Amino acid sequence: MSGLTGVYWTLIRTALAEQLQYRAAMVIWLIGRVVQPVIYLAVWTIVAQARGGTAGGYSVRDFAAYFIVVMMVEHVTFTWNMFEMEYRVRTGEFSPLLLQPLHPMHRDVARNISYKFLTTVVMLPTCLLMIAFYEPRFELAAWSLAAFALALPLAFAMRFFLEWALALAAFWTTRVAAFNQLYFLALLFLSGRMAPMALMPEWLQTLAYWLPLRWVVAFPAELFLGQLVRAEAVEGLAMLGGWTVVSWGMLALVWRCGVRRYAAVGS
Amino acid sequence: MANHAVVVDHLCKTYVVPVREGGVRAAVRSLVRRQTRSVRAVDAISFAVEPGEIIGFLGPNGAGKTTTLKMLSGLLYPSGGHVRVLGHTPFRRERDFLRQITLVMGNRHQLVWDIPVLDSFERNRAIYRLEPGAYRSVLDELIDLLELDELLAVPVRNLSLGERMKCEVAAALLHRPQVLFLDEPTIGLDLTMQRRIRAFVREYNLRYGATVLLTSHYMADVEALCRRVVVIHHGRLLFDGDLDELVQRFALDKTIVVELADGGCDLESYGRVLESAEGRVKLCVPKAETAAVTGRLLSEQAVLDLTVEDPPIEDVIEQVFAGELA
Repeated sequence: MSGLTGVYWTLIRTALAEQLQYRAAMVIWLIGRVVQPVIYLAVWTIVAQARGGTAGGYSVRDFAAYFIVVMMVEHVTFTWNMFEMEYRVRTGEFSPLLLQPLHPMHRDVARNISYKFLTTVVMLPTCLLMIAFYEPRFELAAWSLAAFALALPLAFAMRFFLEWALALAAFWTTRVAAFNQLYFLALLFLSGRMAPMALMPEWLQTLAYWLPLRWVVAFPAELFLGQLVRAEAVEGLAMLGGWTVVSWGMLALVWRCGVRRYAAVGS
Repeated sequence: MANHAVVVDHLCKTYVVPVREGGVRAAVRSLVRRQTRSVRAVDAISFAVEPGEIIGFLGPNGAGKTTTLKMLSGLLYPSGGHVRVLGHTPFRRERDFLRQITLVMGNRHQLVWDIPVLDSFERNRAIYRLEPGAYRSVLDELIDLLELDELLAVPVRNLSLGERMKCEVAAALLHRPQVLFLDEPTIGLDLTMQRRIRAFVREYNLRYGATVLLTSHYMADVEALCRRVVVIHHGRLLFDGDLDELVQRFALDKTIVVELADGGCDLESYGRVLESAEGRVKLCVPKAETAAVTGRLLSEQAVLDLTVEDPPIEDVIEQVFAGELA
C-alpha cells in the first residue's frame, strides 16, 4: 500500500492499538451515545400515547425507527474535534503535528474511523436489541437507501470539516468550551437529534433548512426511512453537497488565518 | 547566501499579551476594556548558519531562544524579517521542507503514550513516507547509537524520562533530517543520559553532515557540541561567534591558581581570593593586570606551581546577561 492510503492504513492501525487501551472509557462514551436517543424515544412515546397513538404523524413505532436510525447516523458522523482542539492548542500538543509533512486533520480522520470501527461492534448489537424491543416500522425503498449510502459519507465529511473549522477557534482564544456548548445546543435542536424535524415549529424548520446541521443527521435518517420523495432527496443531497464545499472552504480559510496566529504556547 | 543552511535576516516576533491588574475591580473593568501590550520576543536578529555547523543559542529564560527556533522550524509566523532554511520559507511548511527538518523540544513528546515505542516509530515511517528498507536501516542505526533495543516493545508510558527522551530523539530522526532544531534536549536528564545524548548529536552531525541549532541551559551541552554560539538577551543578538571568543571578549577577569611552598599566606594584596586551602590559593584578578600580578607572585612568593585560567563559561555568560558588560 502506498501514498495516502498507506499512511491512513498505518494511522488507523496505531489508533486502534491506542484506543484499545481505553476500553472502559470507550464503553462509557458509548453508553452516553445510546442513552440519549433512548431517552428522546421514551419521551416521544409517552407524548404519542397521550395523543391517542400518534404525534405529528409519527406513531410509536415510527418514533422508534426514527431514533434508532438517528442514533446510527449520529454514530457515523459525530466527531470530538471541538473538545480536543482546545486542549491540544493550550498545552502545545498541536506543535509536533504542525511540523510533520501531513495535515493534522488526516490523523484525526484516521482516529475517528478507527474509533467508529471498534465501536460499531457494540453499536450494531445495541441497535438490533432496540429493534427487537421497540419493534420499529421501517418502510425502506431501494432508491432511497442508495441515496442514503451517498449522503452518509458526505454528511461525515461535511460535519468533520465544519467541526474542525469551528474547533480552530482555539487559535484565537484558548478557552473555547463556552463556544462549543453553543454549537452543541444548536446541533441538538437543528439537526433532528431531539425530535423529527416535522415536529419542530415552522420557523425552526425554515432556519434548519438554511443551516448545515439538519443535513448531517435528520436528512440521512429521513432518506433511510424512505420519508422523502425523489425531488426532496435530490434537493437534500444538493444542500449537503453545497454545505460540504462551504465547510471545506471555511476550514481552508480559518486554517490559513489560524496557523498564522498560532502562538505555540505550552511548548 | 545560497550555500547557507539557515539565513536569518532582521527576524522579529511580537506577541500581544493581555494585561490586567489584580483584584475584582480590574477584572470587571477588563470585561469592557481589555488591555493588551506588545512584547517583542525577538528583535531584529540576523545570522547565517553553514551546512554541517552546530551552533548553540545562549540566553536566560525569556531571551527569545525558543521563539527563534520555533520560527526557524515553521511553527511560528514571524512578525517581521526574513528566514530561509534549506532554501525554504519555514512558515509555508512545505512537505519537502518538513521532511528535511526536525524540532526536538525537551518537554514535548511526539510518541504515543499508550502504545509500544516501535508502533510510534512505525507511524512516523508512514507519515514521512519512508521506504521500508531505508526506514529499517535508519532504525537499526538509531537503535545501535542510542541503545534502544530493550525499549522498542515497551509502551511509552512505562519508560523513564531518560529512556523516553532517547526514544523521542530517535522518533525525530527517523526521516534523517538535514537540519536539527534542538530545544533543551537534555532537560531533566541525569548526567549519564545527558552525555549520551550529546555524544549522539555529535555522531549524527559527523555522520550525516547535519546542521544543528541547539538551545540549552546546560553549558556542558554547549561546550561539548558548539564551537559557535549566538547569545540572545531580551530578544536581541548580543554576540555571534566562537565560544572562545565570547570568553575573550566578555571575561573581565582571569583566575590565577597558585600553589605555595610555605602554606597559608594572605594573598589579598594580589587579587580577590576565591578559594584558599592547604597552600593552594585561587585568585581572581582583572584581565589587564594578569601579567603584572603573575610576575609579582613569582618574584615575591615561594611558588611551587602557578596556572592562569579563564573564568568558567557560566560566569562569563552570567556577567553578559547581568548587563555588566553588554
